[in-house]
Amino acid sequence: MSIFINASSKVIVQGMTGSEGTKHTRRMLASGTKVVGGVTPGKGGQVVDIDGTSLPVFNTVAEAMTATGANVSVVFVPPKFAKAAAIDAIDATMPLVVVITEGIPVHDSAYFYAYSLQKGTTQIVGPNCPGLISPEQSNVGIIPADITKRGPIGLVSKSGTLTYQMMYELRDIGFSTAVGIGGDPVIGTTHIDCLRAFQDDPETTAIVMIGEIGGDAEERAAAFIAEYVTKPVVGYVAGFTAPEGKTMGHAGAIVSGSSGTAQAKKDALEAAGVKVGQTPSETAQLMRDILGR
Amino acid sequence: MDLYEYQARDLFEKHTVPVLQGAVATTPEQARDAAAKMGSKVVVKAQVKVGGRGKAGGVKLAVDPADTFEKASAILGMDIKGHTVHKVMIAQAAPIVDEYYVSILLDRSNRTFLVMASVAGGMDIEEVARTAPEKLAKVPVNAVDGISLAKAKEIVAQAQFPADVADQVADVLVKLWETFQSEDATLVEVNPLVKTEDGRVVALDGKVTLDDNADFRQPDHEALVDHATANALEAAAKEKGLNYVKLDNGQVGIIGNGAGLVMSTLDVVAYAGEKFGGMRPANFLDIGGGASAQVMADGLSIILGDPDVKSVFVNVFGGITACDAVANGIVQALELLGPKATKPIVVRLDGNNVLEGRAILNAANHPLVEQAETMDGAASRAAELAAK
Repeated sequence: MSIFINASSKVIVQGMTGSEGTKHTRRMLASGTKVVGGVTPGKGGQVVDIDGTSLPVFNTVAEAMTATGANVSVVFVPPKFAKAAAIDAIDATMPLVVVITEGIPVHDSAYFYAYSLQKGTTQIVGPNCPGLISPEQSNVGIIPADITKRGPIGLVSKSGTLTYQMMYELRDIGFSTAVGIGGDPVIGTTHIDCLRAFQDDPETTAIVMIGEIGGDAEERAAAFIAEYVTKPVVGYVAGFTAPEGKTMGHAGAIVSGSSGTAQAKKDALEAAGVKVGQTPSETAQLMRDILGR
Repeated sequence: MDLYEYQARDLFEKHTVPVLQGAVATTPEQARDAAAKMGSKVVVKAQVKVGGRGKAGGVKLAVDPADTFEKASAILGMDIKGHTVHKVMIAQAAPIVDEYYVSILLDRSNRTFLVMASVAGGMDIEEVARTAPEKLAKVPVNAVDGISLAKAKEIVAQAQFPADVADQVADVLVKLWETFQSEDATLVEVNPLVKTEDGRVVALDGKVTLDDNADFRQPDHEALVDHATANALEAAAKEKGLNYVKLDNGQVGIIGNGAGLVMSTLDVVAYAGEKFGGMRPANFLDIGGGASAQVMADGLSIILGDPDVKSVFVNVFGGITACDAVANGIVQALELLGPKATKPIVVRLDGNNVLEGRAILNAANHPLVEQAETMDGAASRAAELAAK
């Protein structure tokens, strides 16, 4: 098992004919993901050959789903077109939509997130995220597939490179699923959604949760862990030295006043029984101690 | 981007939110002329992006143009909490009978927008929220539905605005939503929204924050950027498209890939620096996924141009980017910089093609560059070198 995606997930790529879309479609195929087609409005009917795999292109997500049976969409379109792409997927009742695109105006992401809630049939991951991977099964997004193997750890993180770093630190043990939920102020899938899914996933025996400054998602996650999660959780929070009021790359990573500080998040997690590491390596060691490896 | 009050006033006016006359001045002469044009008593207001200017003496009533000249002379150049006053706003003075509060903002916790409204405006709204939460109405606004007139009336009723101003406040809310949405703002705040003696409802002071991600469809916003007060290093970095933030009291320059990893690097350096007399990170610099030689050279030259920096820590995890490409980037960057590279550089590479990457740096054998196997080890070494 795994969460959200598995070996039978059928994936379409919105923006497959663009340079980023093509590059990452190739990588997803190479790691064994069942990519079944692409969507680019106006290019429907074309067939794209990627390393020997012929992939049909459709004008809309609905057409792509009907023709291919896809149940996951990954969005690589530029920020300007991301809102329309997400709405297309939501209108088609695509079950899982993973928005990789960075730099989407927050009015657009707030709109398509609200729209997905109104329709009630689509789960969104991202935007501004690396996507998710269930190693040796399916890889949706840009997480490198060769860092590690399938295993018992579940990972949820706001940050892409910290996801890679943590997978690398624990590469000999392996992961059930690693989810990069993204660092934007409005994201579809939260730490809590992932924690719940990992708790319910029989393959996952322990969970790593990586957070960073800004918002109160980690504090909410801590409350959820205390209430619902019985599997061991280790945590890491980035941004202790970040100054108040300055954006550091992720639009979400901004501290205002005393709320959303790294210390407040660490305290909340520890109060919920989560062991929190001071550095990524220390966090990995805490996980090793728990698993006895 | 946070706007100055006068810029917020201009945006409100553009979207027909009721405001009083206002003009911006950078000299006492301009201030005097603006007051003469308005032909009334005016308020001279320091334009700084920090609260508490009233208490600091940055807001003064002036009775006539000559008095405006005096007051503007006193306020221009004043220091308010570390912010030098370069501009004043000359605002028409109005007799006020009541002060209210309204704002629309992004509510990250609930992943939606939020309207806040109160009849107890004018003072610190956080204080009102804390001591008398029943006086502050908080109403979620869905990004799909926005604020219709009906929704605005609902908010006005919930906040218990008096009947004589209810319709006007509802109208202001609809126009503020129009401003919020069409300008891609993440905050519009009016504090105070006032009732004047003649019964009009007017936005007297405003704060607006704009979303930089929307710059591609907001060509007018470029003109609102205040280049004069930006940090010189940050301005140079922005010009090169680098995501750089200068930090105070730091000695270790930081370059890394990915916002989360770089933020983590700052923490790990501060943590390791405790053992070396409190060495701290001097900046945040995310070179992103690409990490080409040119980007590395641009990044290194910004950091080496910072006089506070005593050592540099390059921390890259090769995910999509292979470490050999990053190592080549570092070697070429040092060639491009030549004698301008003068500070020790600790490099930690991990991930994709790490052995090839490390071999390239070993072969180049640059006298300033040394490698470390782990992030924690590299942070410690960079802090040690900075302390020397």
